[in-house]
Amino acid sequence: MIAEILIVACLAVGSFFNILGIIGLLRFPDVYTRMHATTKMTTFGSVFTALAVIIYGVTAYLDSVNSQYAVLAIHTLIAAVALAFTNALGSHAIARGAHRAGIKPVQAVVDRLEEVGP
Amino acid sequence: MMDYFSPVAFILVALVFLAMVRLVRGPTPADRAVAVDTVNTLMVAVLILLGVVYRQIIFIDVAIVYALLSFVSTLFIAKYIGGDL
Repeated sequence: MIAEILIVACLAVGSFFNILGIIGLLRFPDVYTRMHATTKMTTFGSVFTALAVIIYGVTAYLDSVNSQYAVLAIHTLIAAVALAFTNALGSHAIARGAHRAGIKPVQAVVDRLEEVGP
Repeated sequence: MMDYFSPVAFILVALVFLAMVRLVRGPTPADRAVAVDTVNTLMVAVLILLGVVYRQIIFIDVAIVYALLSFVSTLFIAKYIGGDL
């Protein structure tokens, strides 16, 4: 019962933050603010949906001692960790590439990174 | 136990189609790269949920490999946008 409430809460939080991330992707004015919205929001939301699957697997394993559910939980944990690391690194690389390509933020008046040099 | 996972999978697939709007419209290539990165993240979450809905562990393994391969492709697209390739 408690596990069911936790699963529903994690799924609600995950889909809510994913919806917020997509709204930011569609509404924000330039690349950097869109990246600010999507990277954090979709990583957080997807990790929370994975957390719901982990809770489901662990409780199903404790109810019926079937090793299939333990495999489900462990593989989902590996997927969540891989997602959390690779998403942050990839977004940093896109931001660096966008700055080197000469894309400026909207209404930017000063670029300290350009003054420092590559 | 009720099936809570398939409605969330439907919501995430709808969000993938909304991200496709930015993928088509985005004024700069970096916007399209951000949209592709978002679609990849959402697809990993959808694969994990579908692995529970259809009771197939292999979907989770596909999600792990998809996450790592999309990371490599994102890095190469970012290098190409920055002019390093």
